[in-house]
Amino acid sequence: MSVAFNLTNSLKDNFGFINNVSKESGQPVEQCYQCGKCTAGCPVAFAMDYPPHRVLRMVQLGLKENVLRSQAIWLCAGCSTCTSRCPRNVDLAQVMDCLRSLAKREGVPLDDRARDVSLFYDCFLNTVEDNGKLYELGMMLNYNLKTRQLFKNANTGLAMLTRNKIKFLPAKTKNRRDVAMIFQRVRELEGKAR
Amino acid sequence: MRYAYFPGCCDHTSGREYDISTRALCHALDVELVEIPGWSCCGSTPGHSTSHLLGIALAARNLALVAEMGLDCTASCAACYQRLAMANVEMQNDPRLCEKINWITGKTYHGGVKVKSIVEIIAELNPEQIISRLVKPLENLKIAVYYGCLMVRPKAVQVDDPENPLVMDHLLEAVGAKTVDWGSKTECCGASLAISNDDVVLKLTSKILADAARAGADCIATGCPLCHFNLDMRQKKINQVFGTDYQLPVFYFTQLIGLAIGLTPDNLSFNTHFIDTSKVLELVG
Repeated sequence: MSVAFNLTNSLKDNFGFINNVSKESGQPVEQCYQCGKCTAGCPVAFAMDYPPHRVLRMVQLGLKENVLRSQAIWLCAGCSTCTSRCPRNVDLAQVMDCLRSLAKREGVPLDDRARDVSLFYDCFLNTVEDNGKLYELGMMLNYNLKTRQLFKNANTGLAMLTRNKIKFLPAKTKNRRDVAMIFQRVRELEGKAR
Repeated sequence: MRYAYFPGCCDHTSGREYDISTRALCHALDVELVEIPGWSCCGSTPGHSTSHLLGIALAARNLALVAEMGLDCTASCAACYQRLAMANVEMQNDPRLCEKINWITGKTYHGGVKVKSIVEIIAELNPEQIISRLVKPLENLKIAVYYGCLMVRPKAVQVDDPENPLVMDHLLEAVGAKTVDWGSKTECCGASLAISNDDVVLKLTSKILADAARAGADCIATGCPLCHFNLDMRQKKINQVFGTDYQLPVFYFTQLIGLAIGLTPDNLSFNTHFIDTSKVLELVG
């Protein structure tokens, strides 16, 4: 893929972004020398728009908008293979976490695969906020509703039901309000309606 | 031996075999598991993927509950283990983060609890404790031992080597099984992308199954409910999509050790798998 970027402007405008990612992820992103080992071992690189080493390069170059709108940061499965192999001690999985969280807090519009991953995370966490624990059936129904595929995975659901692997009612944590409070306070600190 | 036990949200649903067999095995080996009263979700992938604070805080609430029990903590699920252990490390290393998290959770926790994977708990037992109870050695069974990602990465919480872990191999060899050399031990199954991008997961899991089959394995053993779900439940779809015919049962390592020390297949939830487990039972005899 050949893409032209105006680096002079992006560096000038987004210097804060580079520092922000370093600070928030706690990772020395400037240390990456682009050996590509992360990409070579990444199980999901084949499906990404920018492979992992390029995501890191884009951070170094301050290409904030491109990186926050990328599919790649949402396709990262968090396996940390990159992290454990990086010769420069950059925890790239942690950087990916940080980029997703920035994209979310800034309300970056997502599409395609990235949108579906983000929706799944929301549906999962909504059930945790309500019940204190994951409610699998509620999460799946809500996800299907939001992605407008009402009967997606219906066969799976049926097969699980026959093996007693679906509970119709959510399991709830005692004192689940404590868990809801965690979500509220994180929102307060991060200053964004999630 | 006594541990605070974190069962995880899939304990009665998609990962029920793991919870059932963990409790049964520990009971048989005189390891007492005390379920953490009032435990809640560890935050899992969606937590830390979208907010650092949320990910740590959801796990930390449980660590604070464990501290009140005065015990060390274990989780069977590899994802829960990793989340609890990571939160523990981060809070111990960063007092400012720790204060912030304690404000968020409304609890006071400053570290001090040890978090161990159930794999470590079983591996740390005196081998005699298991071998002396051996009634059905898994002699005819060739197992591809699959570790996945979360119990071997990242370094701060790894249970064993991230490229060639052996801890579960050694446990299964101790009860008579043969374990195969294969290349996908710690390859990622795609985890929760299965819901949002299942084509990606099918590709990754089909490769793992192909590797295990090529190595001559009769079955796969794992320590992670997500790996189990993606390899067992999705095996039929993998066969449909890629025109293959795998029939590889996928077990939790706790089920196989349990079988070897004489627990019944019913008590280890062999009957709730998607891929028929009877072939393995025949091999074991």
